[in-house]
Amino acid sequence: MSAGAELRAATLELPAWRANLATIGALMARAKNEIVRVPGAAIPGVLAPTIFFLGLNGVFGALTQLQGFETGSYEAFIVPISMLQGAGFTGAAAGVNLARDIERGWLDRLLVSPAPRWVLLAGTVLAASARALIPATAVLAIALLLGAGFPGVDGLVIALAMVAAMAAVAACWGSALALRFKSQSASPLMQSGMMALVLLTPAYAPLALLQGWLQEIARINPATQVVEAARQGFVGSVTWADTWPALLALAGMLALLGAWALREMRRTAR
Amino acid sequence: MSASGRRGATLRTNARVVRALGMRSVRQTFRRPQLIAPIVIFPTLLLAIQVGGAGGAVNLPGFPPVQSFLQFMLAGAMMQSMMLAGNSGGIALAVDLEMGFTDRLFSAPIPRFAIVLGRLAGTAALGLFSALWFLAIGLIFGADIEGGVAGAALAVALVTAAALAVGGIGAAIALRTGSASVVQGLFPLVLVVLFLSSAFFPEALMIEPAQTIAHYNPLSLVVEGVREPIISGIDASATIGAVLTIIGLLALGLVLSAGALRHRLRVG
Repeated sequence: MSAGAELRAATLELPAWRANLATIGALMARAKNEIVRVPGAAIPGVLAPTIFFLGLNGVFGALTQLQGFETGSYEAFIVPISMLQGAGFTGAAAGVNLARDIERGWLDRLLVSPAPRWVLLAGTVLAASARALIPATAVLAIALLLGAGFPGVDGLVIALAMVAAMAAVAACWGSALALRFKSQSASPLMQSGMMALVLLTPAYAPLALLQGWLQEIARINPATQVVEAARQGFVGSVTWADTWPALLALAGMLALLGAWALREMRRTAR
Repeated sequence: MSASGRRGATLRTNARVVRALGMRSVRQTFRRPQLIAPIVIFPTLLLAIQVGGAGGAVNLPGFPPVQSFLQFMLAGAMMQSMMLAGNSGGIALAVDLEMGFTDRLFSAPIPRFAIVLGRLAGTAALGLFSALWFLAIGLIFGADIEGGVAGAALAVALVTAAALAVGGIGAAIALRTGSASVVQGLFPLVLVVLFLSSAFFPEALMIEPAQTIAHYNPLSLVVEGVREPIISGIDASATIGAVLTIIGLLALGLVLSAGALRHRLRVG
């Protein structure tokens, strides 16, 4: 019996919640297979944030000499941004892959299965969350080698949690666009949307040093809270006051974009 | 018809072919979001974010005297857009090869070099567009062009010529590999070359080893040639440095393209 047939037989006998978990697991395993079978596909997702990290550090490193800069190490200041950028790229890539699945008719086959729509979306989103830890780990390792201080276990756990959650946000955004446009042509919109979300924050310099218009946008951008939470262990100590706003912002973004993606998936199924 | 008359007629025909293929290349770019986004959307977004985020850099000791960080960054944004236009041109040529469109052109009664020149003309036109786009953005958001109209024209001409040169290298890689994904894979390399030049920050203020690499990176010479007319006026040495670098890159691109074209015709 093939693996697919075994999974079908097994899920038919399971209670609904376990069948849903099995389906999510199968979709995540499919995404993992892509990494194992096409290792080259993961390289751009790792390379782009690494290049941005090395490039920004080499180019803008002198900014720490500005009065009001909260740390003397630009590596430490910029590494959470590169990790979150990697999450953004990975999440958006999940949207591109979904668009490819739509173009090739694979999603149609999933939509006629008895799996609930949210389960199909959760498989894509959770796979992106797990996958985002690859570029984050690569960038972090390079940053530590270059002299960025270790953020502490709590700082590291929070930073990685922010990366995984941000990838989920990006995957919801990418999936919603993929389902709306049903074409890989929408991929620049997926990538640039996430790039803007992550970089329209105190990404290059502390909030007080940003120019007026960017300062105003950064203040209302929910990703600012995520950046500050991911950065706290690298530039200082971890506090609950710097963490809970990020959790709230992530919950809001996930609820909003997740609902939109789910709506688009239901519309596609109709 | 005399020999010179025949030569003239052939030249006119070839020019029409190059023009038609160049126009196709430009239209193709504007019709595909995947091709236009790296040339316009990403560099514009990055320009806005870098100016807003790192604008305080103009207060650093050693920063060259400029009206604003936006004025300083315009050349960098033009370079980024121009480099990505060259890369996009290579991707589009590779897609043509994969789809068999280039094979049909090879079997047409037109010179082979006109096929490559047509693509390069399209890339140069995109370079011209990107230079004008960023010049317009600079002027709209209050950046002065210190070199005046002549300085602006010089910056535009240098960016256009640089796009032609970089497009030649992109075309050579496309012809050699015949694979869009390989040319697409050069995207990170383009970013590396850009970051390791003086495109985004004064070389003297960069951190080692980026500073040393930027010093020897030929792109830095092109950047300075484009930047000088914007931030301080036309400077002969910066202009000559940029022109010579562009000529060198253009020669390299054409030699590599000619070799790759021969290879493509041989292997099919």
